[in-house]
Amino acid sequence: MLAAFLLTSSGLLLAQPAGPSPIPSIFDPHSTPAHDIYHLSLFVLSICATIFLVVFSLIVYAAFKYRHRPSDDDCEPPQIYGSNQVELAWTVIPILIVVVLFLASARVIHAVEDAQFPPDAIQVTATGHQFWWEFEYPKYGFVTANELHVPVSANGQSLPIHIMLLSADTDHSFWVPQLAGKTDLIPNRRNETWIEPHEVGIYVGQCAQYCGTQHAKMLLSVVVQSPEDFQRWVQEQKAPAVMSPQVAEGRRVFETNACMNCHTITGTIANGRFGPDLTHLMSRKTIASGAAPNDEQNLRLWVKEPDAIKPGSLMPAMQLNDHDQDALVAYLMSLQ
Amino acid sequence: MADAQPILPPMIISPEREGTRPMVQVLHDWIVTVDHKKLGLMYFGYGIIFLVIGGIEAAIMRAQLAVANNHLVSPETFNRLFTMHGTTMIFFAAMPLVFGFANYLVPLMVGARDMAFPRLNAWSFWMSVFGGLILYFSWVGGFGLYGAGSAPDVGWFAYAPLTASSFSVGHSTDYWIIGILVSGFGSIGTALNVLTTTFCLRCPGMTLRRMPLLVWMNAVTMFLVLVALSPLTAAQVMLLIDRYLGGHFFDTQAGGSAVIWMHFFWIFGHPEVYILVLPAFAIVSEVIPVFSRKPIFGYNIMVAATVAIGFISLSVWAHHMFTIGMTSYANAFFVASTSAISVPTGIKIFNWIGTMWGGKIRYSVAMLFCVAFLCQFLIAGLTGIMLAAAPFDWQLGNSYFVVAHFHYVILGGIVMAIFAGVYYWYPKVTGKMLSETLGKWHFWLFVIGFHLTFDFMHIPGLLGMPRRIYTYDASRGWEIWNLIVSIGVIFQILGIVFLVLDLIWSYFKGAPAGNDPWDAWTLEWNTTSPPPDYNFAEIPVVLSRRPLWDLKHPEDPDWKYE
Amino acid sequence: MAAATITVPQTEMPLSASYRGKVGMWCLIVAESAIFSIFVVAYLYYAGKSISGPTPAQVLDIPWFNSICLFSSSLTIVLAEKALHHGNIKRFGLFWFLTIALGVIFLIGTGREWYGLIYHDGLTVSSSLFGTTFYSLVGLHAFHVTVGLIGLTIILIFTLLGALRQEHAARVSVFAMYWHFVDVIWVVVLSVVYFIAR
Ligand code: HEA
Ligand code: HEA
Ligand code: HEC
Ligand code: CUA
Ligand SMILES: [Cu+2]
Repeated sequence: MLAAFLLTSSGLLLAQPAGPSPIPSIFDPHSTPAHDIYHLSLFVLSICATIFLVVFSLIVYAAFKYRHRPSDDDCEPPQIYGSNQVELAWTVIPILIVVVLFLASARVIHAVEDAQFPPDAIQVTATGHQFWWEFEYPKYGFVTANELHVPVSANGQSLPIHIMLLSADTDHSFWVPQLAGKTDLIPNRRNETWIEPHEVGIYVGQCAQYCGTQHAKMLLSVVVQSPEDFQRWVQEQKAPAVMSPQVAEGRRVFETNACMNCHTITGTIANGRFGPDLTHLMSRKTIASGAAPNDEQNLRLWVKEPDAIKPGSLMPAMQLNDHDQDALVAYLMSLQ
Repeated sequence: MADAQPILPPMIISPEREGTRPMVQVLHDWIVTVDHKKLGLMYFGYGIIFLVIGGIEAAIMRAQLAVANNHLVSPETFNRLFTMHGTTMIFFAAMPLVFGFANYLVPLMVGARDMAFPRLNAWSFWMSVFGGLILYFSWVGGFGLYGAGSAPDVGWFAYAPLTASSFSVGHSTDYWIIGILVSGFGSIGTALNVLTTTFCLRCPGMTLRRMPLLVWMNAVTMFLVLVALSPLTAAQVMLLIDRYLGGHFFDTQAGGSAVIWMHFFWIFGHPEVYILVLPAFAIVSEVIPVFSRKPIFGYNIMVAATVAIGFISLSVWAHHMFTIGMTSYANAFFVASTSAISVPTGIKIFNWIGTMWGGKIRYSVAMLFCVAFLCQFLIAGLTGIMLAAAPFDWQLGNSYFVVAHFHYVILGGIVMAIFAGVYYWYPKVTGKMLSETLGKWHFWLFVIGFHLTFDFMHIPGLLGMPRRIYTYDASRGWEIWNLIVSIGVIFQILGIVFLVLDLIWSYFKGAPAGNDPWDAWTLEWNTTSPPPDYNFAEIPVVLSRRPLWDLKHPEDPDWKYE
Repeated sequence: MAAATITVPQTEMPLSASYRGKVGMWCLIVAESAIFSIFVVAYLYYAGKSISGPTPAQVLDIPWFNSICLFSSSLTIVLAEKALHHGNIKRFGLFWFLTIALGVIFLIGTGREWYGLIYHDGLTVSSSLFGTTFYSLVGLHAFHVTVGLIGLTIILIFTLLGALRQEHAARVSVFAMYWHFVDVIWVVVLSVVYFIAR
């Protein structure tokens, strides 16, 4: 049974494609903390598997060997009340195992939790919202949402990313299994975590602490890029929103509707913080924290009827006439 | 052997069959009763009903999760389903079931005529009933009584600030709070009652060191109820103060702390799981010896281990909070205390094996369930150990691996042990044997269903599937596992159906049991089946842990060896 | 029958049933202590964490008189028990009444303290964390005092009706245990609220 699912999972473990995968298996780590945990977990698994095999075979043996056979006479078996040596033995051995387990865990706890960061480590402040992620890069002074971009730590160069975890409303939890264990985002409490990805690619994860109606669709993805691509991305994000005259109409709609109270678009009067920053909306692959691909008809649908994509999200349906709708979507599409 | 002389002149009095009296009067008797046996049975029936209700909620959840992007239920409904499922199963299915056993068996086993405080006993039962009714009333009254109401959707541990009035409008959460509060008072009453009974009403000669293990383990359980359930009561009161008087205990806007609720809840929550599992251990410790035809192996160390579990379990609660960013020292401490619990628990497992060792094991359905219990609890405990390694938990926590872990303990351990208890004591309670054929059907269907569901539930957890999500995307590779998990439920349902059939069928058609069908050794088998209202015509006197053994084997009685 | 005839040494007799009440009350006390300790923990945890409103040091002054009354009520109730034990019902009634009086004085004292806090210092349950925790903890204790007083009064009524007799001494002393518990809790609350977290 345990053996069964251990085998299956280790089977999956081997089956894992090397590199980031859409299946966020904890047995396919690609970042320093995830690796430390991975090694510990293999150690613990093997200990537990051994204990299981030993004790399980004892049970099975006893259950079969000492079953009542029809051939038996009906007199009672010898009455044994206990044996101090044996009982002592199976008290002491588990104690030793427990000590080992404790030391192993303590080592990794220390390695991951008390890690020191170089002063130039990249800082990100992740804030959990119902039901989306806000990522702020204090050093670079810009804000984005739902898709966290970080540089890779490859060929000898180590670029750990230090993430401050806050919450704007309820508890959430930051979990990208291939990069690190989860850490909760809790209102008026400062939590921290860190990652150090070794491979370029997109890593998926999602909110792992129940936070309300749409906890299920509070996905997030971490885009690990080469340092050069990362810098390029940073430069794009720092730039204010593009202002092409073709979409001036859409911009007017945005600024004259409630949108501006909840969303920020740098360079316009819209500076709300309740919803994701839309300055570079089109630089993201998905909308509504991974609920749908970021393309024209999804955007239109989202603005018309958010519940169609993400029932229970906190963005109200905006009753706009078709003209405004088209203009607005055109404007959103222009936010490269 | 079965026809050996009991300690006392055999009972001639048999309670008049209830069928012969008008229905209304029978009903009235049950409602006003203060008899520990009747109350025990009512606890049991109550527990079964809620097990089915909670099970149906679970079945709906599984149907929703069977395939990716399913639209069977809305997210709101799903959140209510798992909240109600968890709350129902823990507080209104599992606890009544174990309390039922304690109520029925403890007085019989210590040779008393009733609980120490029979009226308090009835009060406790009805309190827990009202608790359940209040909770379920929320389906209609949740948003205030104006038509559309609905159940709480905050999760069974109701983390702050989701329960604050700003995030949980309407009254649904209040029904959750008050329902648990009320039933909590009942539980504390029961605990007080059982403890007093064990301390004061033991029959002559029954020293603490001669108490049946079942009584010992229930005593420790009830102690845990006293010290662990009360903190929950306190926390619930604070939450009410927040919601109704504008207090700030857990109000994060006004400097309140979300984390302190977690501490308060789990200070209750972890001991709670041992409150549920110790009575299961208790049942197993009675059934295994009788069917292995040997005394329990290492009685003293069993008792010591029980007490040890009781105390250690009070110091491990924060293993539910490894991911909230505690200091490395705090985490390390809770790793130590949590894994330490595996030592006394292991002792129990080994002692049960030691009891079977060298015996002549008779495999009636009760014993089958005990063997299944051993294997499954072993596995469940080991997955617990994996979770107890904090860094491993940073990955596994709040994933389906945890859900699998605790269902493994609860169904593979507790529920299976309860089933064993049902097959073992049903003859005593009704005077009829349960049908072994139906029983075997129940056993195999349920065991197969259990393993289909909960073995495979671990895997999506390892593949990063969080709990409490109403749907997921096909690209994540969780689909196939969830499908298998859901299929297993069908078998479990069938299993339960067979149990219910067996209970009803045997009541009318079952073979008569006699006083002592299993040739057992504890006092309850020394009175008629079902026992008369006053249990024993004459208070028995015992000289050893197995009074009926002494009686049946005057040539070498137990007390020579104790 | 053989077994039944064997006489069992006294040492093997469990606590006799007459201890029932005491054991039950002890269990209740354990549970109650657990409840109080949670409230105490909350109070200490939030001490000095309020973001608005008055601080304890500004508004709280130590209720000496109150406390002395409550503590001495523990003494009077003991005397009452003694009296009943010796079958002196009159004396019992007197001391029992004194106990009630002292309890009532305590409650009145608390009431006046709260009145001042609410109407002069504007400290309410919802005003700040201090308010929330203070009223909850002290209020929880006051609630227990009230329950105790109700019980005491009922017994007093029985006494006046002459229904109370010497053989009830055991039960009365079980109830007295509860009253002592309420006093002991006040020692804790007093030291926590008015000294430690001040
Ligand atoms: C109901 C009964 C029950 C029982 C008995 C247990 C038993 C244990 N549980 Fe479990 N647990 C739950 C019910 C239970 N649990 C529930 C309901 C939750 C989830 C709550 C929620 O989040 O909704 C939970 C969650 C839970 C968590 C938190 C996971 C998370 O949310 O992140 C952890 C972490 O440490 C844990 C650990 C353990 C351990 C170490 C044991 C130990 O007691 C197990 C000890 C037994 C053994 C180890 C096997 C036998 C021993 C041997 C054969 C000896 C040799 C072995 C060794 C030396 C290792 N449990
Ligand atoms: C005693 C405790 C107990 C028991 C017995 C069960 C039993 C079951 N649980 Fe339970 N479960 C919990 C306690 C329990 N659970 C808790 C505490 C949680 C956490 C809640 C939270 O996160 O807040 C939880 C959460 C939980 C989840 C996770 C929900 C989520 O996180 O999204 C799931 C999902 O599969 C699940 C499934 C099941 C199943 C399939 C059973 C099955 O074993 C049930 C089988 C029994 C039956 C099905 C009854 C038989 C019915 C009949 C005979 C009538 C006919 C039935 C039909 C017509 C449908 N449970
Ligand atoms: C009441 C506040 C509110 C208003 C008004 C509002 N939004 Fe939103 N918006 C949100 C929230 C909250 C989200 C995040 C939803 C989620 O992911 O759960 C969001 C998400 C979005 C997204 C997806 C962003 C992303 O990257 O996921 C777009 C695009 C968007 N809103 C556009 C608009 C437009 C256009 C308007 C006006 C017509 C508007 N919003 C009005 C709150 C609001
Ligand atoms: Cu955010 Cu769950
Ligand atoms: Cu636990």
